[in-house]
Amino acid sequence: MSGASVTRGAVAPPTYYKVGSIKRERRWALIGAYAALAVFVVFFLTPPFYMLVTSLKSSGEIADLSGNPWIVSSPTLENYRELLTQGNYVTHFLNSVIVTLAVVAITMVISIFAAFALSRMRFWGSTMLATGVFLTYLVPETLLFIPLFQIIGGLGLYNNLLAMILIYPTLTVPFTTWIMIGYFASIPKELDEAALIDGANHFQMLWKIFIPVALPGILAAMIFAFTVSWAQFLYPMAFLVSSEQMVLTVGIVSDLIRGDTFQWGKIMAGALMAAAPPLLVYAFLMDYYIAGLTAGATKG
Amino acid sequence: MAQVSLRKIVKEYEGGVQAVKGIDLEIADHEFVVLVGPSGCGKSTTLRMIAGLEEITSGEIAIGGQVVNDIPPRDRDIAMVFQNYALYPHMSVYENMGFGLTLRKFPKDEIRRRVENAARILDIGNLLDRKPKALSGGQRQRVAMGRAIVRDPKVFLFDEPLSNLDAKLRVQMRTEIKKVHQTVKTTTVYVTHDQVEAMTLADRVVVMNQGIIEQVGAPQELYHHPATRFVAGFIGSPAMNFIPARLENGAGALRMHLPNDIVLPVPASRTQRYAPHAGREVLFGIRPEHLTELRATDKPNIATFQATPEVVEPMGMETLVHFWMQGAEVCARLDPAVPVEPGRPLTMAADLDQMHLIDPVSGRVL
Repeated sequence: MSGASVTRGAVAPPTYYKVGSIKRERRWALIGAYAALAVFVVFFLTPPFYMLVTSLKSSGEIADLSGNPWIVSSPTLENYRELLTQGNYVTHFLNSVIVTLAVVAITMVISIFAAFALSRMRFWGSTMLATGVFLTYLVPETLLFIPLFQIIGGLGLYNNLLAMILIYPTLTVPFTTWIMIGYFASIPKELDEAALIDGANHFQMLWKIFIPVALPGILAAMIFAFTVSWAQFLYPMAFLVSSEQMVLTVGIVSDLIRGDTFQWGKIMAGALMAAAPPLLVYAFLMDYYIAGLTAGATKG
Repeated sequence: MAQVSLRKIVKEYEGGVQAVKGIDLEIADHEFVVLVGPSGCGKSTTLRMIAGLEEITSGEIAIGGQVVNDIPPRDRDIAMVFQNYALYPHMSVYENMGFGLTLRKFPKDEIRRRVENAARILDIGNLLDRKPKALSGGQRQRVAMGRAIVRDPKVFLFDEPLSNLDAKLRVQMRTEIKKVHQTVKTTTVYVTHDQVEAMTLADRVVVMNQGIIEQVGAPQELYHHPATRFVAGFIGSPAMNFIPARLENGAGALRMHLPNDIVLPVPASRTQRYAPHAGREVLFGIRPEHLTELRATDKPNIATFQATPEVVEPMGMETLVHFWMQGAEVCARLDPAVPVEPGRPLTMAADLDQMHLIDPVSGRVL
């Protein structure tokens, strides 16, 4: 098809656009779209670019106000080397990885089971529970961290990485469950009935039918859980005090800012490296993520 | 293989709505039974109760002599084909068909043997590696049937399996289903709202309406001897005509007084049957195929009357004409060679050996 149209295009006589023709309108729409996108790209890429530039400068060059701050005159990887060899940056990174992986795993297990039960196993109060799950997501974390502080203290988990693994799911589970309920609800009822007749029990139905069919939704939920726990700042700020227990978000801030001394080069290098894992995850799973978020919108 | 028995089956939903109002039905081994009726008549609910997908409010269902009321679907040894096929989208055709056997831990080579056998019966051997989304509607329907066949269950249940197909494919798959049943001979319960499907497929047709069974019988029996007005009107296309009439006894013979001052004699063979109803209002029922132009025929009991067609529908093999008698629309099937046009009076011939008289109050055929 495409080959044929290309050949035809090559021999076609020059096209004269009429004012208001569809082709012409489409061209203007495209130009508008590109212009708008260009503005957004510049707007959103400026901060990372500035971070990259700063991370490649020595402390002396950063402090020097005479030069153009957007240009590196003598690039150096010294900030990166120091971060990775001295101090606790690597520990923070590993802590973040551990917490995030654990939280994603816990979140998915809870929310898949919860969503399956709430969307398929009709029981008394299931509709109310489903709404309730979403409502808990609306409670801001700034309201929660004081009571949570008491609970964590009571459990003896203050200043302990484990506390994060325990607390983060309170942020992730409601929303991921909500996504999964919607996704599971879009799976035709006949599919579970066919599985039931084929001989599946509820667990097999979930494992062999629902999870594979809802994989785009599950990946979307996973990416959400990953992003939330990787970027979480308030809870580690409140509950972690010693450097070796900290995750990246608070570790960078607490270790690289001493009083009013900001180690800008290292802060920027640390933040850039911290942004890498989410970027990688998004790059690989973006298609699934979009498919997951738009499910239901396109299924007739 | 097994017989299926439904005894006083009731299905009541929350809020007291009764979808099925105490039906009894015995389905013999190897039999192909079609449940037919308009939407909401309870046919699908009945099928789903047999499958175990719907709980029974009261009554008893037995498959192969065993009461299955409290047995989950997977242990009832049934297979079901759904209207939307319900194929597992992430599995290949082979995996879809073998899924039930895999769950039941059949050995791999036995699964392969059965799937290939079913694929041969259904002519889908070349599709086994494909995913459902790469199949056409008809192919999906075959896979859904294949999934049922490989299990070699006691009973096949079909829930409107052809409704999602276009008209041409529907006819083709109808033949296919009949062929499959003649090959595997598994007891089959088939639900449809399409009376043509019911007539062509069934050994016996069960006509349902508003949660009850109106009549059970072989297709020809339902067509020629409907028990109620509902069955008379539901079976056959175009539907039977119902003309309000009055049965009068005069001059030693029974006569039907129809609207437009038309008087038709009751055939002698029916006199005894209808005599007790003389003097009463009845519905005169006659199928369009028994209401034609006057043909040179030596058939007895042909009565003629004048009618003025208002709508003429040439179908090619026949011409349908519609006229109205005191608010009742009447349809007749004419030979296409007969010149007919709206507004020009025509002599109609009714084959009174094929007529029915119906009690307008009870709806029973007299």
